[in-house]
Amino acid sequence: MRVLVIEDDAQLSAYLAKAFGEMGANVDLADNGRDGLFLAAGNPYDVMVVDRMLPGLDGLAIIRTLRASGNATPVLILSALGEVDHRVEGLRAGGDDYLVKPFAFSELHARIEALMRRAPPGDAPATHFNVADLELDLLKREVRRAGQPIALQPREFKLLEYLMRHAGQVVTRTMLLENVWDYHFDPQTNVIDVHISRLRAKIDKDFDQPLLQTVRGAGYMLRAD
Amino acid sequence: MATLAPALRRLHLSSRFILTSSTFRLALLYMLLVGVSVAILLGFIYWSTAGYMARQTDATIGAEIQGLAEQYRRRGLAGLSAVIAERIARDPEGASIYLLADPSGHPIIGNLDSWPPVTPDAGGWVRFRARQAQGEGVSIEHETRAKVFRLRGDLRLLVGRDVRELAAIRHLILDAITWGLAITVGLALLGGWLMGAGIVRRLDVVNQVSREIMQGDLSRRVPSTGTGDDFDQLAENLNRMLERIEALMLSIRQVSDNIAHDLRTPLTRLRNRLELLQGAELSDEASAEVEVAIADADELLSAFNALLRIARIEAGSRRAAFAEVDPITLLQDVAELYEPLAAESLQRISVDSTSALCRLHADRDLLFQAVANLVDNAIKHSPSGGQIQLRADCTQTRVELSVTDEGPGIPPELRDKVLQRFFRIDESRAAPGHGLGLSLVQAVAQLHGAELHLEDAGPGLRVRFCLPRVAASA
Repeated sequence: MRVLVIEDDAQLSAYLAKAFGEMGANVDLADNGRDGLFLAAGNPYDVMVVDRMLPGLDGLAIIRTLRASGNATPVLILSALGEVDHRVEGLRAGGDDYLVKPFAFSELHARIEALMRRAPPGDAPATHFNVADLELDLLKREVRRAGQPIALQPREFKLLEYLMRHAGQVVTRTMLLENVWDYHFDPQTNVIDVHISRLRAKIDKDFDQPLLQTVRGAGYMLRAD
Repeated sequence: MATLAPALRRLHLSSRFILTSSTFRLALLYMLLVGVSVAILLGFIYWSTAGYMARQTDATIGAEIQGLAEQYRRRGLAGLSAVIAERIARDPEGASIYLLADPSGHPIIGNLDSWPPVTPDAGGWVRFRARQAQGEGVSIEHETRAKVFRLRGDLRLLVGRDVRELAAIRHLILDAITWGLAITVGLALLGGWLMGAGIVRRLDVVNQVSREIMQGDLSRRVPSTGTGDDFDQLAENLNRMLERIEALMLSIRQVSDNIAHDLRTPLTRLRNRLELLQGAELSDEASAEVEVAIADADELLSAFNALLRIARIEAGSRRAAFAEVDPITLLQDVAELYEPLAAESLQRISVDSTSALCRLHADRDLLFQAVANLVDNAIKHSPSGGQIQLRADCTQTRVELSVTDEGPGIPPELRDKVLQRFFRIDESRAAPGHGLGLSLVQAVAQLHGAELHLEDAGPGLRVRFCLPRVAASA
């Protein structure tokens, strides 16, 4: 995995380099916009982490330039600005995800993984998902475990769908709120946990092998051990 | 029509205000004082004019009777009759009235037809209408004031004066006095009203500004007229006080925001270090400790983030994210998200609305956050098995979102305080949360130009969030 980090905060980029290194990725660092764009245009990266405000060339300008030249590498924008309109602006410029500084590395990690696993554009969208003996059929809107049908509420279905799309990856609570509930907000209580335990009761309760797991300090993961 | 209605309402309000204002009451008192003073003054004028003339008449009559009595004593009945006849002859207009009668009341001599049917008072004074024959079948009536005197031999002598003219003059003076008094009272009332209204208008401005400030717009100032009068001085002092309060509040807010901002980065770094530690080979015990430490860091971060979020919303730079929002769907989404949490305490969340179609111009995420915070509070404070009601009421001009719980409610004196940052009713601060939830709701309300009302739902708390509605064409 090749990762490009364009970030002018030396402390943060050193930290990111270390963390991505531990994930087993090759990390290139750029501390200004011009160098960053040069690297991004000339190398095939799997994912890029771009700070929004950079000396030389603005982060959003880099992304616009890359997208205009047909470069579709997933980009995660880092920003000190937490406003929703800034977020919308960043995504409109061609960013794929947006993370506000300071962030927990587990959040960044989960989002990077999600970005890289995204189906490349042009592929037929998947309509059927499998994790161990758990199946989800989008067309029939059906969920089965070991062949047994499981009745889910619409939101539970959507939640499971998102988890299955990202099977084997950590999914954070914020990611679930943004993608399953489609609201960008900060719950005071861990409401998501309660939804997860409900879903868990439906898909895992009567089976030996638990599929929906809690990743401490990070989020959840659906996987067959 | 649209501009007339508020003007009328203002007028109505201000006229009611004038009637209840102490300034106007003072003006009324002032008018009363002026009125009474002028009445006393005019009374004195009346006494010293009309009264003087009456006294003069009485004195003349008294002197004449003394004179006639003297004549009778010296010259007897014949002499008296001669004098009376002479005096009647000297006064063809009959302005002077004379009548000498025998003890049974039959006239002996005089210019009255008969003895007047009136009883004299203690001083012998009478007042009557005298009828005088004036040639063939013609008689005239005189308004007469007269004195009755008993002569020796039980003869009765009456001497009077026609006071018709006096009465007319007195009438004239009384008329003038009455009108004068009425005009004085009218002018004093008008002056008092104008003076009161002027003062009230200026106080009204101060009150209006104070109300706006209490509603949270601390940037408002009391306007001054520039004349440097007492009201301008009041306005200046108030403004200086407000500036000081605003500066103090701003510095408190900035300190807390700066702390949140500056501590957020090292705190995140700390959290990330703990996270890296978690990945390392650790004993179960150490790993559990690290997990608790991460949870603590997360709690701190969430408080800091909430604080900064409020600060940014209050800065009011977020209107760019405004779009059309369906409040009913939004309430249903909040209810759906929180329903499992409520179900854990056997609570139920219901969503009602008055009309199916309703649109708002709002920041969807922030509005969701505000309602979510309210529902979160409602769940925390409602008893097990309680009902939490979400409502959307749409009218032509506004949309009212409300969250009602069955908890203990908030005492009226604390309703303003709970909107402050970090304020918590529970003084032990033992319950989870950081006391920022309602502050954030308040900030969101302000950003949307909405009014936030905390009310007693008997039992429970109802929070109403009243937003101006987007026009149908927009």
